[in-house]
Amino acid sequence: MIIYDLIFYLFAALTIVSAFFVVTLRNIVYSAFFLLFTFLGVTGLYVLLAADFIAIVQLVVYVGGILILLLFGVMLTNRITNVQVKSGTFQILPAVIGVGIFTGILVATMTNTKWRVLESEIPVTTVYNIGTLLLQDYVVVFELLGILLLVALIGAASMARR
Amino acid sequence: MIYDYLYKLTGSEIWAGVIQSFFPLFLFILPFALFAVWLERKVSAHMQDRLGPMRVGYHGALQTIADILKLLQKEDIVATENDKPLFNLAPVIVFAGSYAVFAAIPFSGAFIGSNIDLGLFFIIAVSGLVVAGILMAGWASNNKYSLLGAMRSAAQIISYEIPTIIVVLTIVMITGTLSLYKLSELQSGYFWNWMIFGGPGPGLHKFLFIPFMFIGFIILYISTLAEVNRTPFDIPEAESELVAGYHTEYSGMKFAMFFLAEYANMFAVSAIVAAVFFGGYQSPFGYLGNAFNLPWLIPIEQFFWFTAKGLFFVFVQMWLRWTLPRLRVDQLMAVCWKYLIPISFVNLIIVGLISVL
Repeated sequence: MIIYDLIFYLFAALTIVSAFFVVTLRNIVYSAFFLLFTFLGVTGLYVLLAADFIAIVQLVVYVGGILILLLFGVMLTNRITNVQVKSGTFQILPAVIGVGIFTGILVATMTNTKWRVLESEIPVTTVYNIGTLLLQDYVVVFELLGILLLVALIGAASMARR
Repeated sequence: MIYDYLYKLTGSEIWAGVIQSFFPLFLFILPFALFAVWLERKVSAHMQDRLGPMRVGYHGALQTIADILKLLQKEDIVATENDKPLFNLAPVIVFAGSYAVFAAIPFSGAFIGSNIDLGLFFIIAVSGLVVAGILMAGWASNNKYSLLGAMRSAAQIISYEIPTIIVVLTIVMITGTLSLYKLSELQSGYFWNWMIFGGPGPGLHKFLFIPFMFIGFIILYISTLAEVNRTPFDIPEAESELVAGYHTEYSGMKFAMFFLAEYANMFAVSAIVAAVFFGGYQSPFGYLGNAFNLPWLIPIEQFFWFTAKGLFFVFVQMWLRWTLPRLRVDQLMAVCWKYLIPISFVNLIIVGLISVL
């Protein structure tokens, strides 16, 4: 379907262009708001991959949680709005080398790997399978992660009170 | 389903989806906002023993249309110190966030914008977009009152999302579905099959559930009221402290967009309460369509019942607005974190134990 290809490129362009602005813009509040569009683009890509649960979790965690936290941080710190975020002025040579090598590895992996293509039905709903995986097959890992997050939460709260 | 009809008509799922996505806005939100603004003024007036708007049309029925004509003619003011791009974008994002909720709301058995399996979860997720828009409006206005209002609003919405999610989780635990369509279909039949009366089917569970369902309903209603920033939780736009909160600097149609988003939100949360606890679009006592053997009448009746339930809860919101005084900021947070969240957690555990019995 050509129209779905178009929608894919639309979301991909949205993600990449706004991610570019997040990195390059000087005003940190603008960067934070462009992050919103990056997250929305990624959500769209997940929807096109028929991963509805992951898409909505992306919205909850990144737009509803992390982005809002980020904006709070930026806005409550009065002085930070005037801080010039210097992008592209530090350590250009090492950065270029690092990014170049990384891109090379990624492209090489993408082109040289023989991807296994499986013909499979697009699942109508993913929640039941995810639920079974999380709470039956990997329940110990899941609970341990929960405890880890709780410990981190309590630690953060006690550090903030000090 | 209306979608199938549109699909046959246009022959393309994209066009059918696009056309369908305009339905709730033009056929529902705009007429509803026209009516609700007038209703709000009439309700407030009658509660204070006044008459309210009386001049334009019968008992002021055309007052909102006159107001919109006035708003359209107003100058669109953007102050020099405002951050123009964000200032212009913010009302759009706020309205987009509240309109996205309508994609998953089941207006009737024949019309749901998008019949996704995760409807309830989606509705909770997209409300994060509204918070981002409100913060954007507050920051771009470059005004102390706006920023304070936006901060308060964001803090309030994020805090009150937690009890909402826990109550919704309670229902999801019993019914085993996140789809609002399936949830409404489960509660079909008579009103004693509604979740507030313990859900469908006879049995001991049903009667044990009833008191906890009422607790859940009250918590959900309070926290959704706080999420749409209505009195007694309207500290983000408390007139006596913050002028008008995050939309102080806005005028003309941009202000109207915030206003429209607020009314759309009011109906959206009422619709969620109705869909989760009060049978969604199901009639409390059978359908005329079934009685007279007219199958086409049933979706229309369902739409009528859904709107009636939604409007009733909107009316209760207005009623509370003119009855209760506003909370202080610390009281607001205390209500959420010290009372609603623990109660809803205990409620969740008890309901879980009962359903295991």
